[in-house]
Amino acid sequence: MIHKFYQDYTYMVMDVNSGAIHVIDELAYDVLDFYPEKKAEETIELLKNKYSANEIEEAIKELDFLTKEGLLFSDDRYLNHKGFKEKKPVVKALCLHIAHDCNIRCKYCFASQGDFKGDRSLMSAEVGKKAIDFLIQNSSNRKNLEVDFFGGEPLMNFETVKEIVDYGRKEEKKHNKNIRFTMTTNGVLLNDENMKYINENMYNVVLSIDGRKEVNDNMRYSINGQGTYDIIVPKLLKMAEMREQKNYYVRGTFTRENLDFAKDVLHLADLGFKSTSMEPVVAEEHHEYAIKEEDLSTVYQQYELLAKEYVKRIKEGKGFDFFHFMIDLNQGPCVIKRVSGCGAGAEYLAITPEGDIYPCHQFVGNEDFKIGSIMNNALSTSLYNEFSNAHIYNKDKCTKCWAKFYCSGGCHANAYNFNNNIYEPYDIGCEMEKKRIECALTIQAKLAEEE
Amino acid sequence: MKHIKTLSGATLVKSAIKGGCGECQTSCQSACKTSCTVANQECENK
Repeated sequence: MIHKFYQDYTYMVMDVNSGAIHVIDELAYDVLDFYPEKKAEETIELLKNKYSANEIEEAIKELDFLTKEGLLFSDDRYLNHKGFKEKKPVVKALCLHIAHDCNIRCKYCFASQGDFKGDRSLMSAEVGKKAIDFLIQNSSNRKNLEVDFFGGEPLMNFETVKEIVDYGRKEEKKHNKNIRFTMTTNGVLLNDENMKYINENMYNVVLSIDGRKEVNDNMRYSINGQGTYDIIVPKLLKMAEMREQKNYYVRGTFTRENLDFAKDVLHLADLGFKSTSMEPVVAEEHHEYAIKEEDLSTVYQQYELLAKEYVKRIKEGKGFDFFHFMIDLNQGPCVIKRVSGCGAGAEYLAITPEGDIYPCHQFVGNEDFKIGSIMNNALSTSLYNEFSNAHIYNKDKCTKCWAKFYCSGGCHANAYNFNNNIYEPYDIGCEMEKKRIECALTIQAKLAEEE
Repeated sequence: MKHIKTLSGATLVKSAIKGGCGECQTSCQSACKTSCTVANQECENK
């Protein structure tokens, strides 16, 4: 399988199964409409009004060579790969819902303004410690483990965070593990003291902000309606500087109300943030702010615009990172990880303040997806297995898709929310993801032009 | 080659050789928490 595309005056072709990426000229791009099905003479006849026979033959020879080398039209040989077939799911990451409460109200919040459709509650240190035990016990021989402090707003239960971290540090030594703690916060409660602690103890920190003041404040506001932008920007900037612009992300959400979201990413970069991320809102169609199919062309244009500016800024020495564009063609994750899916419900689990286990943070509050409880170490094997098997080869749409090794089958929660089936990816999400991948590859091609 | 410039070779095939140790970061933990780009994660077993 191949995928060819054209963006920003650049023609590219990806050999899906080998992972090879080629920049091609317009002639080779046109020849690929007929190659390898048609014979050379037929292709020459079909393209004779545009190119000479010699040129076409030349391009065909090059395509023949790459095909022979396994860099075009290569087969997918991973399904039966030992590393994939024998992969046993182990738990290696937890999302701890340290506070089912929030100090701000976001219009689009999937967590029902922090309480996940339940009572407002805080996780106790006891539950948190049990979660660490559960993680270590179920992690088999994995050394690197992850614990994200999530909410609601985790800073509303910061003393418990510290207790859990202290406990984790003790336990990781005993069991020869390396726990990487991370936190996702809206930033409102950041102060010098907790920033220092976060900086010293968190491997990564995700700071929520949607971009321009009017965009952020339209969606993210305090209980009495005041926008959060002015409160958080100085704090987030300070946090980013403390971390020397590494191991953090400012992360926003864009909706139908700011389809010109490239401006928001660039605004964050202009503020001085070097690590940015901007996610499309996940919302059912009846919400006014939900992204609809008819918005896709606008979204594509925005990603293209952002990609162009991204390259320009790198070339000017003013580059920044945008999460979805950071594809390292040579040092990325192995194909076994890429086919396995996001890991939710298998190697990644979410724990509520009460100790209930869900496949991931997005499923919390939906009783049908309660997998078990860390309080009695119980796991529903049927749900756990259903999620463990939700890899790309078990998803019809994915097996036929060129992007499968880049997105790993997409978000299960999106699939469930839109199609009631974790094995059937959410189409609008897929289309946006494909565009982001094309942009990321175009960026690589543009940067390679300079070399 | 005149018409084709290869940006990267058979990286997925090569990655399968040493692949599957599982030590890398869970993608959702890094920054997205919704959409799933996995290809931008780092390998822990370089």
